[in-house]
Amino acid sequence: MQFDWMKIPYALLTLFIVVNFGMILTALVAKIAARVGRRRGIRIWQNYADLFKNYGLRSSITHGAMFYLGPVFRLTGGIGLLLFVPTIYGSYVFSNLSFAGDLILALYFIFFGTLGMALGAAESGHPHAAIGVSRGLSQVTTAELPLALAVFSVALQYHTLSVTAIVAAQQGGIEHWTLFTNPFAVAAAMLAFLGSMMRPPFDVVSAPQEIPIGPPTEYHSSYLAMMQTNRAIFPIAKIVVYMNLFFGGAASWPVFCLKVFLIYMVSVFIGVVFPRFRVEQSIRWFLIWALPLGVLAIVLV
Amino acid sequence: MKEELLKRTVKGPDGVEFEVEPLRDYYCEAAPTVMPGAYIKIVEDLFNWARAESLWILGFGTGCGAIEMRPLMTPRFDAYRYGIQWRPTPRQANLLVISGYLSVKTLKRAIRAYEQMQNPKYVVGLGSCTINGGMYWDSYNTIKRLDQYLPVDLYITGCMPRPEALLAGFDDLKNLIRAGQAEGANQYAENFDWYKANQKQVIHDWDMPDYNW
Amino acid sequence: MMRELHERLKCLFPLGELTEQRRGPPNELAFVSLPGAYLRPALLHLRDLEGFTHLVLLTAVDWLEEGQFQLTYLLSNRTQARDIGLRVFLPRDGATMASIHDLWPTAATYQRELREMFGIDFPDSPGVNDDFILEGWIDMPPYRRDFDTKRFAAENFSQRPGRTTTDPEQHMKAKLYPGEN
Repeated sequence: MQFDWMKIPYALLTLFIVVNFGMILTALVAKIAARVGRRRGIRIWQNYADLFKNYGLRSSITHGAMFYLGPVFRLTGGIGLLLFVPTIYGSYVFSNLSFAGDLILALYFIFFGTLGMALGAAESGHPHAAIGVSRGLSQVTTAELPLALAVFSVALQYHTLSVTAIVAAQQGGIEHWTLFTNPFAVAAAMLAFLGSMMRPPFDVVSAPQEIPIGPPTEYHSSYLAMMQTNRAIFPIAKIVVYMNLFFGGAASWPVFCLKVFLIYMVSVFIGVVFPRFRVEQSIRWFLIWALPLGVLAIVLV
Repeated sequence: MKEELLKRTVKGPDGVEFEVEPLRDYYCEAAPTVMPGAYIKIVEDLFNWARAESLWILGFGTGCGAIEMRPLMTPRFDAYRYGIQWRPTPRQANLLVISGYLSVKTLKRAIRAYEQMQNPKYVVGLGSCTINGGMYWDSYNTIKRLDQYLPVDLYITGCMPRPEALLAGFDDLKNLIRAGQAEGANQYAENFDWYKANQKQVIHDWDMPDYNW
Repeated sequence: MMRELHERLKCLFPLGELTEQRRGPPNELAFVSLPGAYLRPALLHLRDLEGFTHLVLLTAVDWLEEGQFQLTYLLSNRTQARDIGLRVFLPRDGATMASIHDLWPTAATYQRELREMFGIDFPDSPGVNDDFILEGWIDMPPYRRDFDTKRFAAENFSQRPGRTTTDPEQHMKAKLYPGEN
């Protein structure tokens, strides 16, 4: 098999665009959420200042090797998810490193970061980190179940594990989207989406008020900056997967921006309206409401 | 010193005896060092700009002045729009606001919190109690001059200063940081012995290492 | 109402005069003193038979000139909205009082505070010798009136030079009636 080396710089270009898009989009979303609370909200470039500040801190301390690797794993999860899924359908430059079985890899990468965080945070030895990680892992696991079922349902529906092929099958009009051809899978996946976006009602993991910020309690300076970078990339990367699987993909950057923004806004709308769930409540909620939808999607396909 | 902080031999659940010395186990004793800024001026300027625009305050209210910091987070004053936000852990914060009087007992905690923050870090003394003791000038358990114990970058006067005064003070602090004059962490490292001597003069039951990380 | 209670109690305990601070009903408040040896039976009687189930506070007053500490046990009867304070006087030197932490568990905290701030000992009260507010205190208990807080502050803490104080009376006189000095 011939590997096209030009794909690597092109993939890095995608990464660059997505990082900046993610930084501005998360600031915009924070601003929208602030306006709902009648605040003015942060400045649109605030994320850049925070990021530079954290990279620019002069000292940092470590708790051991896994403490280093935690943020690295987390960032790897975000970047990997982005790089192995085609960003723009039909574009050679922005198809990234996608290959025939990339759907399975994407599922793996969504979970990868959380696991890495668990190892790193545990090494820090801070009790709040341990509480946060146990909450986070149990919630993400239950949120992942309906997503996995929905993804399998879609894979069964199109008889492929390639994201590109799934996007290709959805072209030719809005009625070809998975959203309309397999609504139960999309519903299950969207409920799972809420659970992994770190917004209310499912943000008790990082809970800034009750347990001081959960898993990243001990992380600072460059470690924290890496996690902030990931926080810009990861939601976008995940939304790209959702967009490709369920909402017909995007054939150009303007369409990409619009669709990503709208999908992100789903979680924002729900987040500003509903108060926060506790972990056992959210687990029960996922198992009662989202999981049956996923099973139904599999059965119906 | 408390009994649980003493060096002792412990028998584990598997029958192995080992020695525990909590003060050495929990803390790092290496003294702080002076850390110069980036060599290239434009990089340091960029970092200083970022530091000024992203002030993360440690959510640690030491006295009654903390009540004036709460409105800053809420929609009325909304400090977040200036890049000022509160972090619950000293590791991520770079600004310690000593909000009002500081009793000797709290001073001990404030020192530990300050030392766990990462360089560069800033200290703002809020209210007249931090300047000359304020109305607690003859109290038996509050310190009278904050700058004897921690390197203070800025004082905000008043008893209490209103949130508007705090916002103006943070604005001044931003100008100091942008000009590269807020080097409190390095001052602390340079005059480490002097600060420690002052701290130990008022904290009579010193039961921690000289430097906590 | 309070007087009736006082009459009834007087048959049982050697009580002093009743000082009524607030007449009711409701919201009555009165104080009465009694010897320390009768405190415990009096508290039990009030708690179990007269409905004073709540220990509002336990505090001390330093009567330096008389060489005495006064302990005040303030009890509340919630249903009748009445408060009664029992006062006990102890000698100031080597002040010791019997603990009542078994009647109200919260009393242990008050007794710990009194031990630290006034130096009044309550043997058998749990944790009475632990640090309460002060850590590493080196002088005499600071709430005793012969403790000179100003001198202690001047000796222990470095003061910022240049601080001036004004006597409020003279200041207001000069401000309101200039030229009358």
